[in-house]
Amino acid sequence: MDVDEPVCLPRLSRIAVCGGTHGNELPGVYLVRDVLKLQRRASEGEEDDGEEHTSMLTVLSNPRAVQQCRRYTDTDLNRCFTLATLNGPTSDSPPYEVLRAQELNTMLGPKGGPGAVDLVCDLHSTTANMGLCFIAYSDCDWICLHIFKHLQRRMPDTPMRFIHLGISGKESYSLDSVGKHGFAMEIGPQPHGGVRSDIYAVMSAGVRHMLDWVGLFNSGAVFEGGWVDVFTLVKNIDYPRDSKTHNITAAIHSHLQVCPCRNVRIQISSLEVDKLTSSPQTQATIFFKLHFF
Amino acid sequence: MGEPRSQVSSLLSVCDSTTTSQPDGGGGDVKDVKTQPHLNSEAGNFSTGASAAFSVSTPPPSTLPGMSFHGSTARLSEARRVAIFGGTHGNEMSGVALVNLWIKNSDDIQRRGVDIKPFIANPKAVEKCVRYVETDLNRAFTPENLSASGGDEFPYEVRRAQEINRMFGPKGSPEAYDVIFDLHNTTSNMGCTLILESSKDHFNLQMMNYIKKAISPASCLVLLNEHPLLKYSTCRSVAKHAVGLEVGPQPQGVLRSNIFEAMRVILKHALDFIELFNEGMEFPPCTVEVFRVNERIDYPRDANRNIIAMVHPNLQDCDWEPLNPGDPMFQTFDGKTIPYQGSCTVYPTFINEAAYYEKQQAFVTTRRETLAASSIRKA
Repeated sequence: MDVDEPVCLPRLSRIAVCGGTHGNELPGVYLVRDVLKLQRRASEGEEDDGEEHTSMLTVLSNPRAVQQCRRYTDTDLNRCFTLATLNGPTSDSPPYEVLRAQELNTMLGPKGGPGAVDLVCDLHSTTANMGLCFIAYSDCDWICLHIFKHLQRRMPDTPMRFIHLGISGKESYSLDSVGKHGFAMEIGPQPHGGVRSDIYAVMSAGVRHMLDWVGLFNSGAVFEGGWVDVFTLVKNIDYPRDSKTHNITAAIHSHLQVCPCRNVRIQISSLEVDKLTSSPQTQATIFFKLHFF
Repeated sequence: MGEPRSQVSSLLSVCDSTTTSQPDGGGGDVKDVKTQPHLNSEAGNFSTGASAAFSVSTPPPSTLPGMSFHGSTARLSEARRVAIFGGTHGNEMSGVALVNLWIKNSDDIQRRGVDIKPFIANPKAVEKCVRYVETDLNRAFTPENLSASGGDEFPYEVRRAQEINRMFGPKGSPEAYDVIFDLHNTTSNMGCTLILESSKDHFNLQMMNYIKKAISPASCLVLLNEHPLLKYSTCRSVAKHAVGLEVGPQPQGVLRSNIFEAMRVILKHALDFIELFNEGMEFPPCTVEVFRVNERIDYPRDANRNIIAMVHPNLQDCDWEPLNPGDPMFQTFDGKTIPYQGSCTVYPTFINEAAYYEKQQAFVTTRRETLAASSIRKA
């Protein structure tokens, strides 16, 4: 197969930008408040030719946790989006976040169904010194990979990485898995409960450039293929703990900078919007090369 | 982006010397120094004629209980009972970790002639890893709360304050503990900060002077909160000598090894000082540079009290650096700068402390001052 031949994908008509999935991660909370400015941006790149325009939803995912400035009130919302939790029977008094996940699935999904939004961008902040990270399940979602490449070009001074979780669609559990395409945008270091202007500026620029890319894609631009370095999760490492109390008995050493990740380079095909049909289309089989570092 | 410029830098390579004879490094511009007869030659370091923020205050002879003057040396009671509080705020992890370590193994905090009690002040908040469960414990030690009678209708932290007052107080009485160290973390880039509640506490001033000399060239600054409206009733105020220790930056709920070590080293020197004092060492008069709390500055807000601007990038992480009139202070979400409009240079701290959003505080301004401490010796 000629990897220079563009892959055609349906336009991204409906996009969701979500903040406050964790209620104490404030940059995303403040960013989704700026609704009108972001919406204006999304439709700027498009011609006024009578065709459908992009609609953008901004969502405050966990309003109760935001109000209390807590990560969650009963259970972590960002673990409630498995198909089992979304579609399964609820108990007599289900956790708040389970009900909220089901509401969000109705609003943005249903997950796996044809009516789901085309793209979910879920905004997070972290206390870790991670810079800007895309976190995605798939290493072959060309939309997410191309958006990432676009941000890298537009924000060369921002340390930026793509983390691939390596979990199958069936096991996916987070909000971004509800859309047809989706990723989490995670930025740090940012203490919980506060907002740093430098972190906010990076998140705001990242979302703005993402929306620019969507506008360009929907207008028919062709995006060249190429190589993308991604980090694949190998293992989660817990703190050393006391066997009886389970309390932490050691802290991260001051010399440690990053968690162990395997770095993988992926070749992505060039991409353009499929203008011929608006119905979902299966992707052509793509050959890609993996180079391990 | 990346890590803030660290103020907790070379603390691990501290000098272990117990010397008290080095002059307190002044530095900075000075004007209108009021020299007082009892200040020693260290004050000669100050020059006159330049602009801004120093003034030298002389504490008048104090009427603190247990204190008497012999010549110019204040004789103070021994500090026999000392407590170390961690987890006054349940998500400030260094104090929680240190106190739990010392409860399990107290070797590092043993000192001759002193009973030292490590103590978790707010165990329910620690268990949930939150600042507080119902109300801020570190604001709960008001006279009204401590004297109130009743039971379960009070918030958990008010009842806990009463219990702590019974165990370590009563506040203001001769039976109260001699010293309480209260361990805190902040998301602000404050480095190591000792918090003083009275400019007349010569024992605390001498202790802070000792600590500063011991860790030099690493720095530990002193924040003085005597402001009639902005001071508050802290957990540690139950004791005769209240010492707050604030180390940052550290996110809530997170443990950083460098912050933990810095706190541990400072406490080591503090306990050394107490041991030396109890053994009869005389500490000569000294001066201590402090930052006196001046004003609380809130975030700009809209009519619904929502925050509409953030700490400006030029001010973020710049705790203790001068903020001049006209300097950038806040940045709105769409990038507009709001300048500081005070009338003189101030020294901001607690910049962007996450826990203070609900207390309507983006930062506090302080003014630099030099306090004089009398010579002290045990009675």
